[in-house]
Amino acid sequence: MNTHVTRQLAEAAAREDDVVRLADVRRRFGATAALDGVSLTVRRGEILGIIGRSGAGKSTLIRCLNGLERPDSGSIAIEGREITGLGEAELQPLRRRIGMIFQHFNLLSAKTVEENVALPLKIEGWTKAKRLARAAELIDLVGLKGKAKAYPSELSGGQKQRVGIARALAASPALLLSDEATSALDPETTRAILTLLKDINRKLGLTILLITHEMEVVRSIADRVTVLDAGRIVEEGPVWQVFATPQAQTTKSLLSGIRPQLPTHITRKLVADVTGEAILGVDIAGPAATGPLFQQLSAEFADGYRLVHGGVDHIQEQAVGRFFIAVPAEATARFTTLAERFGAQVEVLGHVAGHA
Amino acid sequence: MSPVMLELLVRSLWETVVMTAASGVISLVFGLPLGLALVATARGGIAENLWINRVLGAVINGFRSVPFIILLVALIPVTRFIVGTSIGTWAAIVPLAIAATPYYARIAEVSLREVDRGLIEAVRAMGGNRWTIVREVLIPEALPGIVAGFTVTLVTLIGASAMAGAIGAGGLGDLAIRYGYQRFETSVMVAVVAVLIVLVCGIQWLGDRLTARLDHRG
Repeated sequence: MNTHVTRQLAEAAAREDDVVRLADVRRRFGATAALDGVSLTVRRGEILGIIGRSGAGKSTLIRCLNGLERPDSGSIAIEGREITGLGEAELQPLRRRIGMIFQHFNLLSAKTVEENVALPLKIEGWTKAKRLARAAELIDLVGLKGKAKAYPSELSGGQKQRVGIARALAASPALLLSDEATSALDPETTRAILTLLKDINRKLGLTILLITHEMEVVRSIADRVTVLDAGRIVEEGPVWQVFATPQAQTTKSLLSGIRPQLPTHITRKLVADVTGEAILGVDIAGPAATGPLFQQLSAEFADGYRLVHGGVDHIQEQAVGRFFIAVPAEATARFTTLAERFGAQVEVLGHVAGHA
Repeated sequence: MSPVMLELLVRSLWETVVMTAASGVISLVFGLPLGLALVATARGGIAENLWINRVLGAVINGFRSVPFIILLVALIPVTRFIVGTSIGTWAAIVPLAIAATPYYARIAEVSLREVDRGLIEAVRAMGGNRWTIVREVLIPEALPGIVAGFTVTLVTLIGASAMAGAIGAGGLGDLAIRYGYQRFETSVMVAVVAVLIVLVCGIQWLGDRLTARLDHRG
């Protein structure tokens, strides 16, 4: 077998593992490009978070995946099957392979919980007894035992989203799309729903693609994150890496609420002149962050340093540290070299005259 | 009131009920699909077709702008073709139904249009076709409004059926005009109005109860 064929086979095998594969997808609405050449893959069993501000193209992107929206150009493959050329009638069976949950739940008010959950199965042509039995299983799975006969208006927001999740899972989909599913919920309920999604991902091996504007959502359950801005992917990678060392400005600003920030009373005192103390931002993540960084710094850095602010977070079981450290201005270079030797990244944020 | 008058009152009530019920059912059977067609073919609808939408809208508006008393007379050839006669209670049902159908279609249209688009999207996303959307989303979600609108239509039909006396259809309105007005029998007039009030209140009460039972929107 020549190498060309081997590579093709390897690619085919890799494709099998990609539940979603987008290549150069474009969609315009009038003069604005909602999607401006998006390429991404979602691997089987992973949770991919797509984050961006409102208007970044997230909703258009997720709606393209089940054919609710059609791209102007580009390729969209679901489980290896190209869907961009499919007509409405061909898309319908495909959509049954893709569950979707929504920000406003979109439960049918005239149907009970079990009827809502069983609806995808009714569409698939299951008998009433079979679909109600399956609905009961799912209602159990999402923790709503005893609520089968209730109407959505009798449920709380969190319970409604649980029904939404049960309904999305009814037809045993290969992929779950989550469209801002927790954005209408309070923080406590959000955590409970995210835990449920993560559980389902683990238990059923379900692939999940979620879009959100909240970094906290990505932080708590996603494996990988893709940052979307003005219809383009500006950054992507494992969540802990993107959180540890965000490159794009959009990512940094989206992360600002969730990572330690230099307190504003210190930021106000920062000057560009090299005087007094230098304030440094130190990022350290992954295996490097589990080492005895401060002990090593103390042992080898004779000029003395001060911890101003910061801490260590744990994302995907990886330590992600961000510290603000003050060192004598003239020792900045020495400190930087040393810290970088231990695997940290150092950024000079400015100087303060005297003590910050 | 004499027993003869009482019998006349009962017969007229029956005629009114027959006219209202029959034309009401016909307007429901034809008006609801028409209302659905209006919503489905509108911009962004599940079967968008602006051309059909405009034509349907124009025809409905045309029928709705003709005063009922004129429609009653103008439709005589149609009535004769369908019922075989242009006089009597059954003959009046044809123009009543033809007047009520576009009226009800507009009422149904409003209820159907108010169904949350997110629900339609959710059912599309689970692989439902247009028929699924109609059967599982549009009709059940709009049902409280559809029933409430039907109640309004029935009450309107009771009013319109009073004019059907013009083609010899009888009914309570006809009784009130011929006896109460033309023969100065005030007691008949008062009795007719009282019966009408009870009839309308009864229908409205039933309609309201049914609407409340069907409404789970919370």
